[in-house]
Amino acid sequence: MGEPRLIEISPVTRVEGHGKVTIHLNSENEVDEARLHIVEFRGFERFIRGRLMWEVPVIVQRLCGICPVSHHLAAAKAMDMIAGVDQLTPTAEKMRRLMHYGQVMQSHVLHFFHLAAPDLLFGFGAPAEKRNIFEVIKEQPELGKRAVLMRKYGQEIIEATAGKKIHGTGAVPGGINRNLPIERRDHFLSSIDEMLAWAQDAVKLARDYTLEHEDLVAEFGSFPSNYMSLVREEDGALDLYHGNLRALSSTGNVIFDQLPYPQYHERLIEDVRSWSYMKFPFIKELGPEVGWYRVGPLARMNTASFIDTPIADAAHKELKAVTDGHPNNSTLANHWARMIEVVHCVEKIRELLNDPDLQGNDLVMTGERRGEGIGVIEAPRGNLIHHYQVDENDQVTYCNLIVSTTHNNEGMNRAVKDVAVKHLSGHDQITEGMLNHVEVAIRAYDPCLSCATHALGQMPLQVELFNAEGELVDSKAQSV
Amino acid sequence: MSERSQAEHPKARIATASLAGCFGCHMAILDIDERLMDLMKLVEVDRSPLTDKKRFTQRCDIGIIEGGCCNEENVHVLQDFRRNCDVLIALGQCAIMGGLPAMRNAIMHSDEPLRECLDEAYITGRYIRNTTHNVPNDPALPLLLDEVYPCAQVVEIDYQIPGCAPEGDIIFDTLSKLLTGKFRGFEREMIKFD
Ligand code: SF4
Repeated sequence: MGEPRLIEISPVTRVEGHGKVTIHLNSENEVDEARLHIVEFRGFERFIRGRLMWEVPVIVQRLCGICPVSHHLAAAKAMDMIAGVDQLTPTAEKMRRLMHYGQVMQSHVLHFFHLAAPDLLFGFGAPAEKRNIFEVIKEQPELGKRAVLMRKYGQEIIEATAGKKIHGTGAVPGGINRNLPIERRDHFLSSIDEMLAWAQDAVKLARDYTLEHEDLVAEFGSFPSNYMSLVREEDGALDLYHGNLRALSSTGNVIFDQLPYPQYHERLIEDVRSWSYMKFPFIKELGPEVGWYRVGPLARMNTASFIDTPIADAAHKELKAVTDGHPNNSTLANHWARMIEVVHCVEKIRELLNDPDLQGNDLVMTGERRGEGIGVIEAPRGNLIHHYQVDENDQVTYCNLIVSTTHNNEGMNRAVKDVAVKHLSGHDQITEGMLNHVEVAIRAYDPCLSCATHALGQMPLQVELFNAEGELVDSKAQSV
Repeated sequence: MSERSQAEHPKARIATASLAGCFGCHMAILDIDERLMDLMKLVEVDRSPLTDKKRFTQRCDIGIIEGGCCNEENVHVLQDFRRNCDVLIALGQCAIMGGLPAMRNAIMHSDEPLRECLDEAYITGRYIRNTTHNVPNDPALPLLLDEVYPCAQVVEIDYQIPGCAPEGDIIFDTLSKLLTGKFRGFEREMIKFD
């Protein structure tokens, strides 16, 4: 018997953005409550009002520097709708797709190698000084080099299509503002085979890790949930740029399918809770208790019927075989899913680079103006929704955003609690290594806490300990 | 870089923090690409979101700050950096000017911009369910500041690298020159504002 305690991990590191976890431990040293708090608040939905429509795809990127392209393209798709353009020119659509595949590639590589790999390579409980990309570079220079060069490749694709690696200006309402010069194309083609080979090695690494640590993967922050993503209109294939919404239950039952995304608000609603600036979306008809769902790479593997590029499709089948074709509920299997998507992106980039449409000059379309636009895309971390209304002066009058990490809010909280209960409960001594387990669970979601609340400021990830009465009893900052 | 710190450890120590920023400036640091390997021969990374060092382990030669201050937590982190770093660099528009988060500071025809932002997000928004009709409010959430402040309004800043985000090239150039004592200011063509 001890005193109730509160422990802090502050800030959560090796995630993009800032967060805080509170864990309430009672006098029996058992975890009563564990929560991931988002402490940032920006207020984007309000201050975007009054801005001009063409500015929006440029401004929104600043919500998030890790996947700015996703915000850029989701906003641009919404602006296409307002501009009355339902179908872009082939050059515009393919340039935007190229930009997006470059983005997903760089973001997934960053997450896997730079942020998550130290846990996977050195163990969740490894000394804190060891758990970072710089140590990976030191100990496994070849792996470190590949991480750096694969990310660079994705960033350069973005630069070629958007003008800048971070916060570019490629997409405009109704199209794109540049094509891909042939010299640039040749430059990218010269190393595409190497990228593909490295991506396949990365899938193997992630797969082997998942299969070799089968027991860990099965118990670590794993639980059933619903899943949601876009899928391709005609056949339900994985499509990261465009499609309709599909939601499945944990056993694979269809909740809704081929729902045109402008109708998202007929099925989804966001819950506000007092202890986080990040809201909790759920499927309306199922209610907040059972209607929550997860998005992201593993969710996409669960929802997509197949992948339309051969190497990634074979890898997808292999992943699906582990759960006999049913949805995979293991949080840690996200890493494997993420690397399959890297292969898919590289295959898509190769396909696009070989397409002469990228050198076309027909870049922008116009159509009959509408007052409302909704753009949805599969960002690296999952489904991303942008919704705007504009007035006759092209000024924004309404904005609603649901970012990927927000969709995963409930899932991350459950993972935090699950891991806290399994790895912290019953111990008098809470070590730094134990606390890292909580962070590992959060990291598996690759949360981008930067944009999760469209929030201002920093969300340091802390763990706090409350007693059964909900009083804060201890607050231990995780430090090294 | 102080002589004392050089004598103590052969490698320079660098720390980084992201305050009210989008993490894009940290991504720009990674855009140094292969040169990261060279840089790692010269430096040790201390407190940073890229490492698991959540507190300063030693005094640092260079601290790099992304983002301005929008809540009390940001102010504490920034002051901690000033206390623990010989040279403090404000990286990017958010750190220098407040950037996109500072759009919250002034909304046309509004006396209470922050309140309006909170209301829109949690109370009046169309597709939300808020059973308490309050904005989030919990001891776990740090107090928001009335405005978003650039770093230089909170502590003294030694260098500012403009851009949103500044390119990896200028970050690498500045760091390597600072580390070798050759920094004499920025080359004109390297500076980009946007
Ligand atoms: S300056 Fe730009 S890139 Fe840097 S944190 Fe601010 S918005 Fe992001």
